Amino acid sequence: MSQIAAIELKNITKTFGSTVANSNVCLSVNKGEILSVLGENGSGKTTLMNMISGIYYPDEGQIFIDGEEVIIRSPKDAYNYKIGMIHQHFKLVDVFTAAQNIILGLEDDKKFNMKAAASRVSEIADRYGFSIDPNKKIYEMSVSEKQTVEIIRVLYRGADILILDEPTAVLTPQETKRLFNVLRRMRDDGKSIIIITHKLHEVLSISDRVSVLRKGRYVGTVITAETNETELTEMMVGKKISLNIERDEVKNPVDRLIVKNLYCTDREGVPILKDISFTAKSGEILGIAGIAGSGQRELLESIAGLQKLNSGCLEYINPKTGEIENLRNKSPLEIREMGVRLSFVPEDRLGMGLVGNMDIVDNMMLRSYRKGKSVFLERKAPKSLAEEIINRLEVSTPGPTTPVRRLSGGNVQKVLVGREISSAPTVLMAAYPVRGLDINSSYTIYNLLNEQKRKGVAVIFVGEDLDVLLELCDRIMVISGGSLSGIVDARTATKEQIGLLMTKSHGEAHDDE
Amino acid sequence: MNKTEKQHLHAHEPLIQLSKRDDMIWYKSWGVRVIAIVLALILCGFVIVFLTGYNPLQVYVSMFEGTFGSTRKIWNTLQKLSMLLCVSLAVTPAFKMRFWNIGAEGQTLIGGLASAACMIYFGNTLPAYIALPLTAIISIIMGMVWGLIPAFFKARFDTNETLFTLMMNYVAMQLVSYCIVFWENPKDSNSVGVINRATQGGWMPEIFGQKYLFNIIIVVLITIFMYIYLKYSKHGYEISVVGESQNTARYIGINVKKVVLRTMAISGALCGVAGFLLVSGTDHTINTTLVGGMGFTAIMVSWLAKFNPILMVFASFLLVFLDRGAGEIATALQLNESVSDILTGIILFFIIGSEFFVRYKINIRAKHKEGIK
Repeated sequence: MSQIAAIELKNITKTFGSTVANSNVCLSVNKGEILSVLGENGSGKTTLMNMISGIYYPDEGQIFIDGEEVIIRSPKDAYNYKIGMIHQHFKLVDVFTAAQNIILGLEDDKKFNMKAAASRVSEIADRYGFSIDPNKKIYEMSVSEKQTVEIIRVLYRGADILILDEPTAVLTPQETKRLFNVLRRMRDDGKSIIIITHKLHEVLSISDRVSVLRKGRYVGTVITAETNETELTEMMVGKKISLNIERDEVKNPVDRLIVKNLYCTDREGVPILKDISFTAKSGEILGIAGIAGSGQRELLESIAGLQKLNSGCLEYINPKTGEIENLRNKSPLEIREMGVRLSFVPEDRLGMGLVGNMDIVDNMMLRSYRKGKSVFLERKAPKSLAEEIINRLEVSTPGPTTPVRRLSGGNVQKVLVGREISSAPTVLMAAYPVRGLDINSSYTIYNLLNEQKRKGVAVIFVGEDLDVLLELCDRIMVISGGSLSGIVDARTATKEQIGLLMTKSHGEAHDDE
Repeated sequence: MNKTEKQHLHAHEPLIQLSKRDDMIWYKSWGVRVIAIVLALILCGFVIVFLTGYNPLQVYVSMFEGTFGSTRKIWNTLQKLSMLLCVSLAVTPAFKMRFWNIGAEGQTLIGGLASAACMIYFGNTLPAYIALPLTAIISIIMGMVWGLIPAFFKARFDTNETLFTLMMNYVAMQLVSYCIVFWENPKDSNSVGVINRATQGGWMPEIFGQKYLFNIIIVVLITIFMYIYLKYSKHGYEISVVGESQNTARYIGINVKKVVLRTMAISGALCGVAGFLLVSGTDHTINTTLVGGMGFTAIMVSWLAKFNPILMVFASFLLVFLDRGAGEIATALQLNESVSDILTGIILFFIIGSEFFVRYKINIRAKHKEGIK
C-alpha cells in the first residue's frame, strides 16, 4: 500500500477468562476513508474498538498510528493520538448545555471562555453540516441531537480518527440519512471514520471498505463498491443463509385483546402512555415500532399487569367461552389465575424474564412453581421441560443445571421464549426478542413467532429493525412519545412512511424540522 | 524500530491486568482457600516471633488446646459454635433475599430479654413443662417483632433497612439497660445476677448431665430445617428470586412485600430462639453484652459459607476456633489480648482475600513481546 494508514491494527488478541473476544485481528483505515466494521453481536467489534480508545489493553498485537507503533493505555492516551469514540450510550451531563458538555474535562490554563467555545462549536457544526444550538440543555434534546453533541465533542478535541459504535441504533431512517451526510463531509475533510454496525444496507450506503469479524476472528476486508448483501452475510455468518422471513396469510382473525384509551404516568407523574387504543387479533403478528423509549416497554408491562394505569380499558376475549374479561388493575398472578394464558418475553431478559444465577431448571419453574399444595418444590416436570427446550430449540449448554447467565445471548433468549410458549399461550408479547442475537438465532425466534401465529396466538412483537418488522408482521402499530401515531398494513407500508410516523409530534412535542 | 524505543514502549504497558475467571472447579477453589490459610499461619508465625519471641508452634498448640484441651473446653467450644451458627442461620434468609439485616444483634438481645423477663416473672411459679415452652414462644415472638418492624417500614415506605436494623440494635440495648435497673439483684450491683439460682426455674434442663446438649440439639435441627427450607421449599425459592431480581419477582407475580415480611419474621424468630438459648440455656442472666457481637460475626459466617447452612457449620467453627484459641493464648502464654486479635485479623484477611483469587485472574505483563516479522 502506497499510502500510510491513519490507524492500523496488527494481530490484536484479547481474551476474557476463557472467552476469546478478539483473535489476531488486523484492520487499517486511511485518511479520508470510512471503514465499516461488520459482525454479529458477540463477534468482538466493540471490544476491538475499546482497545483503540484505551478502555481495554490488548493481550497481544500492535497498533500503529501514521505508521508508528503506539501504546494506548487509557482514554487519555487515545485522545492524545487524536482518536475519538462515540459510544452507544451517551456520556453527557443532562443539566449542562451542549457547549458546556463539549468543553467539559478539557484542561485549560485559562478560565473557560464560554463564548469562544460556543462560537467554535458553531464553526464545527457549520463546517460539517450539523444543526445544533450550543446553548440548549441536554435534557431538552432528542436522541439524535445528543448524538450530535457527542460527535462535536470529539471533533472539538481535534480528533482525526472517529469511531462510532452502532450510531444508527437509536435513529429514525430520516435521522440516519442526515448523519450519513455529515459523515461523508467529514470524510471529504480528511478524517478517518470507523463505524460499527450490523445493518447491511447501512454498510453498503456509507462505507468505502468493510472489515468483517466473526466470533472474534478477522474474516477479511472488502471494498464496498465490489460487494453485496449476500456476500457480506456469508462472511459474517460463515455460511450461505436465506435472508427472507416467511409470512403466512392471516387465517380467521378473531379479536383477542382490546386496549382502549390507555393512559399511564411514571412515578414523577410524567405521562408515558397517552390515549393508546388497539386490538390484537388471533393468528396475527402485530408489530410495534417506535424510537427506543417511546413507551413500548410500559405498554407491554401494562398489559402484563406490571404497570399501574391511570385510565383506560384492557379487555381479553376468552377464546373458549367468548366472554370478555377485564385485565385492568390485575396483578400478573391474578391474570394467570383467571385462566388468561398471556405470555410475555420482556426486553430485559436476565433482569426480568429470567434469573441469571439460577440454572435452566429453576428458571423453568418461575411460572409454574406454585402448582400443587405441597410446601416443597417439584423439580421433575421443570427438568423435563428444560431438557425438551434444550433439544427442540438447540440451546447450546453443558446441561440443564447450568446457570442461565453463563449462556450466550441467543441461548438465553431461546430458554426464555421456550418457557413462555410452553404454556400454550393465547397472547404472546415479545419485546425486542432478537436484540443482541446472531442471525441464526434471530431466525429461530422469527420461526417460533410464526409458528405461534399459525397456532392462532395473538402475537405482539416490539422490534427495532424496520426491515424485519415490515417482513415479519401483519400490521404495524407505530408509537411516538407515548402516543399512537398510526397502525399500518405491513404488506403495503414503506420504511419512510413508518419513519415519519415514528417522529410524528402530538401537539406538545417540539417540531422536528 | 530500534531497541531503545522498544524498551521505552514496553515500560508503558500496564504491569498487572485483572480479568474475571469462569467458575473454578470446586477442588481448585478449595485449594486456593487452604493455601490462603496456610500462608496466613506462616505470616502469623513471623508476627508472633517478631512481637513476642515465642515459638509460633507453641502458640498454635495452645490455640488448639484452648479449643479442644479438655472435655469441658470441647463442650464450651460446641456451645459457642452452636450459638454463632444459630444466629448465622437466622440472618441467612434475609441476606439471601438481599435484605441487609444487620440487626441480628438486637433481635437476639430482645429475645434474651424476653426470656429473662419470663424467668423472673413466672419461672418459679409455673411448672417447668409450661414455663419453658412459654418462655421460648415469647422470646421467639419478641425476636420476630424486632425483625418485622424494619421489614414493615421497608415494605410499606421503602426505608433503608441497613440503618433501620442497626438503630434497632441500640433500642434493644437501651431496653435491656432499663430493665436491669428494675431487676437489679443484689441491689446497687447494676446487674441482674443469675436468675433463679436456687430453683433453676425456667432453666433449660440438662441431658445426660450435659447442660449444653439441649442447645446443641436444637441448633442441629434448625440447621437441617434451614437447609431444606432454602433449597427445597417454595418459600426458599421465592427468597432466591426476590434476592436475585425484584423485577423478575414482580414479573412472575410474587408479592415482594409479603416475602420480605415473611422472611424477616423467620429471621427475627430464629434470632429470638438464639436469645432464648443464650439466656435460658446458657447464661441464666441478662446484660447488654449478652450477644457479644455475634449478630455481626454471623453476617460474615453467612457470606463466607455462601448462604449454605452446611458450610456455615465449618465457617462458624473456624471463627469460634480463632476466638477460643485467641483467648487461650492470652491467658496461657500471658500474651496481651491484642496479639490474639491481630492473629485473628490476619487469618480472616487471608481467607476473605482468597475469594478474590478464586474470582479473578491476574495477568502480569509478559517480559518480552515478539515483533511482527
